Amino acid sequence: MKSRYSAYPYVIWMVIFTVVPLLLVAAFAITDSSGAYTLENISAVGEYTPVLMRSIWLAAIATVLCLVIAYPLAYILSRKTGSQQRTMLMLVMLPTWMNFLLRTYAWMTLLEKNGIINRLLGFIGLGPFEMINTQGAVVLGMVYDYLPFMILPLYSIMTKIDNSVIEAAQDLGASTPQILRRVLIPLSMPGITTGITMVFVPAVSTFIISRMLGGGGNLLIGDLIELQFLGNAYNPNLGAAIALVLMVLILLCMSITNQFDGEDKEDMII
Amino acid sequence: MKKTSWYSKAYMSVALGFLYLPILVLIVFSFNESKSRGVFTGFTLDWYVKLFHNEMILSALFNTLVIAAIASVVATVIGTLAAIGINGMKKWAKSLVMNVTYLPIINPEIVTGVSMLLLFVFIRDKFNVDMELGFFTLLLAHITFCTPYVILNVLPKLRQMDKHTFEAAQDLGCSPAQAIWKVVIPEIMPGIMAGFLMAFTYSIDDFIISYFVSGPTSQTLPIAIYSMTRRKVSPQINALSTIIFVVVLLVLLGSNIVEARREKRLNRKEED
Amino acid sequence: MENCIINLKDIVVEYDGERVLNGLNLEIHDKEFVTFLGPSGCGKTTTLRIIGGFVEPKEGDIFFDGVRINDLPPHKRQLNTVFQRYALFPHLNVYENVEFGLKLRKMPESERKQRVREMLELVNLKGFERRNINQLSGGQQQRVAIARALVNHPKVLLLDEPLGALDLKLRKEMQIELKRIQQSLEITFIYVTHDQEEALTMSDRVVVMKDGYIQQIGTPQDIYNEPANAFVADFIGESNIMDGLMYDDFKVQFAGNEFECVDKGFGQMKRVDVVVRPEDVKVVAPDEGQLNGVVNSVIFKGVHFEMMVEAAGYNWMIHSTKMEEPGSIIGMRIDPFDIHIMHKMEDEE
Repeated sequence: MKSRYSAYPYVIWMVIFTVVPLLLVAAFAITDSSGAYTLENISAVGEYTPVLMRSIWLAAIATVLCLVIAYPLAYILSRKTGSQQRTMLMLVMLPTWMNFLLRTYAWMTLLEKNGIINRLLGFIGLGPFEMINTQGAVVLGMVYDYLPFMILPLYSIMTKIDNSVIEAAQDLGASTPQILRRVLIPLSMPGITTGITMVFVPAVSTFIISRMLGGGGNLLIGDLIELQFLGNAYNPNLGAAIALVLMVLILLCMSITNQFDGEDKEDMII
Repeated sequence: MKKTSWYSKAYMSVALGFLYLPILVLIVFSFNESKSRGVFTGFTLDWYVKLFHNEMILSALFNTLVIAAIASVVATVIGTLAAIGINGMKKWAKSLVMNVTYLPIINPEIVTGVSMLLLFVFIRDKFNVDMELGFFTLLLAHITFCTPYVILNVLPKLRQMDKHTFEAAQDLGCSPAQAIWKVVIPEIMPGIMAGFLMAFTYSIDDFIISYFVSGPTSQTLPIAIYSMTRRKVSPQINALSTIIFVVVLLVLLGSNIVEARREKRLNRKEED
Repeated sequence: MENCIINLKDIVVEYDGERVLNGLNLEIHDKEFVTFLGPSGCGKTTTLRIIGGFVEPKEGDIFFDGVRINDLPPHKRQLNTVFQRYALFPHLNVYENVEFGLKLRKMPESERKQRVREMLELVNLKGFERRNINQLSGGQQQRVAIARALVNHPKVLLLDEPLGALDLKLRKEMQIELKRIQQSLEITFIYVTHDQEEALTMSDRVVVMKDGYIQQIGTPQDIYNEPANAFVADFIGESNIMDGLMYDDFKVQFAGNEFECVDKGFGQMKRVDVVVRPEDVKVVAPDEGQLNGVVNSVIFKGVHFEMMVEAAGYNWMIHSTKMEEPGSIIGMRIDPFDIHIMHKMEDEE
């Protein structure tokens, strides 16, 4: 079949706009502003280890929280019948259709010093609490923004788990925790790994949530990159080096989680 | 049917409350007379009126729609052709191309954004091409990150297709190009449409990549929203959120109704 | 001699370095019903796809009506295919599916209508014109696929396991139907199947294939009664295949006994395969046949009983209309003309 020629425009496009830019990132990372080869940028990334660790730590907490919240939710959803299932799924996914800037902004107004939560607490004589500009607020923002990305893959894998499988486990004498550990979790593993990547990757690289809810004190690696390109710290070579480190880190994580599941990744992302 | 237990209902309610309360608060305060984001002082539609006179928002909205329309159409054409080609490739070539296709999807958006920024700056500086960051670079970037989603929607449809359909068309006298146009494209149309819609919505919604490749002259709606949140004052942003929410709600409800009707019709047909 | 319509000469096909056809030679005559028969992976579908133009042979030539067509793309070949699982176009209705080929040839509409109507009549689908493809049963889809191919008046129709997805009863009906269509249109049918019964029912000639080699070409009667080797014997119908020793012409020893047979020309003291059909072993009273055996099991098969009988170290399959109790001893008689002697298969030596 000669139909493969029809992919050529795309292949050319992707080489120019995906492969070459990533090579440029690598090239910028190992050169200085005059274009000479240097490893200074890469080694300079080491100075930002605390920021890197903070990003990974906060994103990891948010990912675990998302998984814990989403798992029962996805299971409940998947056991509903046709039309009910569709309505509930739509309800869960509807907020994602609003731009995440607006959703993050909503939490800004809720959490701020004169925000609604502090006002309400004030009525019963509590607070005001310092909620915004904390790490907790950043994690909350991540969970809120990316929770649906965890629910969707879990839900789509769980709809494929037949009720009779669970009944069979019960029939064979498994208790509820045993069913969860020995049947549900192994069967939903591909959904779990997809969900983890879909939450962790945007969370670890965000610069909006940290900026809007974390104030100036909780800089994340995304902020660092942004500052090197569009901010005051203008230094694209250092920025490229940080971006390169971030990318390698994530690709490594992905290849590890990929060990756990098979081929059907792509249906999950959609 | 087993009845849903009370705790799963309670859990659902709490989760939905968590998802919707912030949005609800946004909506309520879009009608607030004062600029306060904590106290509701009285009802007004002023912020909506102001929003509709906000030049920045309106031009950003216009840009967003134009870019989304062009980018999604171009991405759909390139992506559909690509999917057909990829489907016919040898195994190693296919996995190579698919890995590159996944790159913009799995890569953090900030890395994609930064890399494209570097490309555009590089082209401008090294080749002396007069290409300022703005509408054109936004368009190129949007086409780039939209196309993989079209491919991922079309490929499964191609795989589901009876592999002999393409041959059957040739057997009956189609040249390979005719066979693609007359038989393959109509069969994978649902996938193409789904890919197009996904590309369109992702393009409208994108902030991070656009943020890096847009210039001062050409803003998209998410970028305008961002600069509004930085200024932290006007409830116009609440009004905008409300409008977006209502539009999304109507579109989703509409498409769900259409879908439900079609399913009903299909069921009826099968009963004939 | 009949007119040769398709001629395959020294065809070699390789997929990823693996040979699926090894120098295949075959002549197909005009207006005959030829079946390629063999287990999966034997190269039968590949051979069909070479004729259809979907596989390019690495070596060898294909002639159609005396003209070499190696480089002719599928859409320019004067033959049509009924695909496995039909490959109907789901976005078109029955009428549009059948009309597809005619439209491509820019035939005027009135003529198209006429031809489609004739075809739908031929396959008994009158009145189904506006139906959607997925509203049809498997058998009806099958008929649409046949009509869609035949409406173009091809000289040769290729059929790739077309009845594989149908249930048994429908399959039998369609076998008769296909034979009727082939005879009424007087064109060549080339049919691929792994079902030996289907091959025997419909074909004028059967080509038995295995591992990219042709094992035997012949009429269904030839293939069944005079299998060329143990593989063919085993594949076509059920067989008891035993090692034997050809003493001399008309004399063979197997199962610990010496038998008279009708074969000759194998030489003396030659190792051979001996094939006896289950229905050719006659059950007689003990000691009245050449062998005695113990009945191990009996299964009722409708027309006959299928017995597994232990005799002379072999487990025999015997078909008999009379039931014998398991455990009982029976006598077995085999007539000389029911003993088929064949050369040991080369690849097993």
